[in-house]
Amino acid sequence: MTTYNLLQNYWWLIMSVLGALLVFLLMVQGGQSMLIHYGKPDKRALLINSMGRKWELTYTTLVTFGGAFFASFPLFYSTSFGGAYWLWMLILFSFVIQAISYEYRSKPGNIYGSRFYDTLLLINGIVGPVLLGVAVATMFFGAEFTVTKNNILNVQAATISQWGPRHGIEAIFCWKNLLFGVMVFFLARTLASLYFINNIDDEEVNASQRHLLLVNAGVFVPLFIAVVVVILTSPGVGYDDGGNMEWVAYKYLKNFVAMWWALVILLMGVVMVLFGIGKTLMKGDYKQGIWPAGIGTVLVVMTLFWVMGYNNTAYLPSLLDVQSSLTLRNSSSSEFTLTVMSVVSILVPFVLAYIAYCWYKMDHRKLTSDELDHTDEKY
Amino acid sequence: MEELINVVDWSRAQFALTAIYHWLFVPLTLGLGIIVAVMETIYLKTKSEKWLATTKFWMTIFGVNFAIGVATGIILEFEFGTNWSNYSWFVGDIFGAPLAVEGILAFFMESTFIAVMFFGWKKVSPKFHLAATWLTAIGASLSALWILVANAWMQYPTGCEFNPATMRNEMTSFAAVALSPMAMSKFFHTVLSAWTLGGVFVCGVCGWMMLKKRNLDHCWRSLKVGAWVGVIGIVLTMITGDTSAVTVAKYQPMKLAAMEGLYKGNHEQAIVAFGILNPSKQAFDDQDPYLFDISIPYGLSFLATHDFKAFVPGIEDIINGVSYDNEGNEINTVSYAERMERGKQLQEMLSQYSAAMNSGNTMLQDSLKNVINADFKHFGYAYLDKPEEAIPNVPLTFYTFHFMVTVGGYLLVFLLLALFFVYKPNILNKAKWAKWWHILAIITIPLTYLCSASGWIVAEVGRQPWTIQDLMPNKVAISDLSAGYVQTTFWIFAVVFTALLIADIGIICKQISKKSQTDLEIDNEKK
Repeated sequence: MTTYNLLQNYWWLIMSVLGALLVFLLMVQGGQSMLIHYGKPDKRALLINSMGRKWELTYTTLVTFGGAFFASFPLFYSTSFGGAYWLWMLILFSFVIQAISYEYRSKPGNIYGSRFYDTLLLINGIVGPVLLGVAVATMFFGAEFTVTKNNILNVQAATISQWGPRHGIEAIFCWKNLLFGVMVFFLARTLASLYFINNIDDEEVNASQRHLLLVNAGVFVPLFIAVVVVILTSPGVGYDDGGNMEWVAYKYLKNFVAMWWALVILLMGVVMVLFGIGKTLMKGDYKQGIWPAGIGTVLVVMTLFWVMGYNNTAYLPSLLDVQSSLTLRNSSSSEFTLTVMSVVSILVPFVLAYIAYCWYKMDHRKLTSDELDHTDEKY
Repeated sequence: MEELINVVDWSRAQFALTAIYHWLFVPLTLGLGIIVAVMETIYLKTKSEKWLATTKFWMTIFGVNFAIGVATGIILEFEFGTNWSNYSWFVGDIFGAPLAVEGILAFFMESTFIAVMFFGWKKVSPKFHLAATWLTAIGASLSALWILVANAWMQYPTGCEFNPATMRNEMTSFAAVALSPMAMSKFFHTVLSAWTLGGVFVCGVCGWMMLKKRNLDHCWRSLKVGAWVGVIGIVLTMITGDTSAVTVAKYQPMKLAAMEGLYKGNHEQAIVAFGILNPSKQAFDDQDPYLFDISIPYGLSFLATHDFKAFVPGIEDIINGVSYDNEGNEINTVSYAERMERGKQLQEMLSQYSAAMNSGNTMLQDSLKNVINADFKHFGYAYLDKPEEAIPNVPLTFYTFHFMVTVGGYLLVFLLLALFFVYKPNILNKAKWAKWWHILAIITIPLTYLCSASGWIVAEVGRQPWTIQDLMPNKVAISDLSAGYVQTTFWIFAVVFTALLIADIGIICKQISKKSQTDLEIDNEKK
């Protein structure tokens, strides 16, 4: 394997870490989708202030995920974002309305009233995870696009990446993509319950979240099994050393077999998620379930990214022209750029360390109604 | 073709709309961030609860403004992909890196420490809290650095080489990209202008509170920091503005010519201090470009080159490829007509390169690659239909530039006076005209916003029609979308952003009004 290929693989690993952290942090969106269950203003305030101290991390991870994709695999940025226009625009709108809602909802003079902003949070809580799931699912199940780099020489029609006429709407209504998106949504809600149980010191919220955890995990687990079965039985696009691509039956299953270590990590992740959920449900005083479930989620998502892109697999198959499919080899930045960014990436552990430290400092005392009653710094 | 033009126009409109809204909030974040950090530093040093109250007052406004800046920022980043997909591939190898570094180094710093800054007063030590406040402000400036590096690269593409095998530009020197003269002058000019805006904002809000005779001690404390930051900001903005002008003259002479409405250049070129453009003026039509003008002799030559005698080319000179040295000797530059021709030849060669690559003819590839790279600076001209297409909107560039400079001069005087009153408060307190000073301070806030926006209009409109200077015009950079799609999202953005702006202004005004009606010191001590 050449140095260039190693760098491409390394950056796919970074993308998988960022993607996995993003899915974990979608617990904020999951929590927002639960506002519908809380009518009492003081309980809503507890939930919102608990999530409100984390929403920026989710947001930043999404932005960094996009930026890192742009930098390391610009052809994906160009093809998927420019092609699946409506899909990405809906995702972006849902995050725009989230960004201001926390800050504005309880401020005097917010014009539209706090219920309006809570509704926006609810919309983002549902639309965000579902559509992000749909977008990631297209990377398994393919999308309607072609890539012709020589188009740049055509003065009249220079666009390199062409997408089908519905520009992402078709991806939303593909049942496999939607199944994936709904699964991500219920995962986000499950993680949110575990987070609230850990972060909020309130008996009523604790009891209601344990009930919601049972319901959401009860939906999530079968959905997750269904998604895994669909992925493992779906064809994927493989390529040879010359870059020639073809559809391969059971490609992702074969990838797990070829990369047995990824399968082991996947199973470890699944066990950790189930352990976090199960122990929280069975032991009334156990509140640490978010940590095994969160780490497990990160591990599972990382392995899904690995089978999506490693082992000579196209990570965005083209349903219109298989040779246009995007791979780590044909869509990445140059060796020089990947090297430069790899140097920068050495700082990532340092960034993660200060995030963890700040998280610990801010959360080691749990959120209570009493705290909210005695501070101005709240949402 | 008409559909293509529509898509280009709507894509530009959408990006401009998002950028303008984004820039309404970012400079206040950058400026107020520093001001709040300085205030908290004073609080920690003096242990005075009064300074704590003042810090918290401005921190609240900072938070409201920060949120909407974040909201509009995410759209900008993703629009590079959604609306400018060709661009994303053509230069993603270079442009993406600063964006990724921005995310990893700056955004996480901002987003992590802002939570500590707002909610950590009783959860972390005072020193840790102060560090968080400074890191939030520094993170915001770092974020500005990387996005401005990316923007500067579009104005002056450097540190890269075109790879005909991948049909894109690839980075060859990160240092050349990150430390280019364009990037440095743009970063300092932009961030320091944000300090100016932050300072003016504090002066304006305090002006309103003083007019209402509310929390006067708090106002004087705020003014002390605000005026200092503002004065430092405006002085350094002017110095870096001068550097920016020299950089633009060197790398984007067409933009400089448009800024001055200069069609035919001269040695010892005067600068227009005030002027009204002739609206019917077109390049090469021999009409006078101005209906009226007051000019300063030698001004433009000095501004552009720091040499009173230097030749400054006008729009027609640049198109004709004519320039002169100080002795009056003609310097051969390349005319736009020739650049278009050479651009088309390059496209031919690239087609041949692709054919050679498919047939495995590496010798031909190597020889073509050398020729392609030697002439690549003309690549974008192949897409132009006529040389005049490369002239930016002269009136818009001219008027916004002159507005920016005029208001900048006014801001220097205003902020110096504000600082003077901080140290001689009795003069203002006893003056009968104090009321008018406070009103002026309030009016100066929107004036500074317009000045700041004008700067960006000069920078971005002045470089049209290029998405990447000389390499990629807008019409080649866009995504394969229908005009109707982009038109729809444009209007959605317009409605959403306007609604958010109204809410933002409503909240900030209410916060100022509400807080100003309480005795801030006593209110703070209660907590």
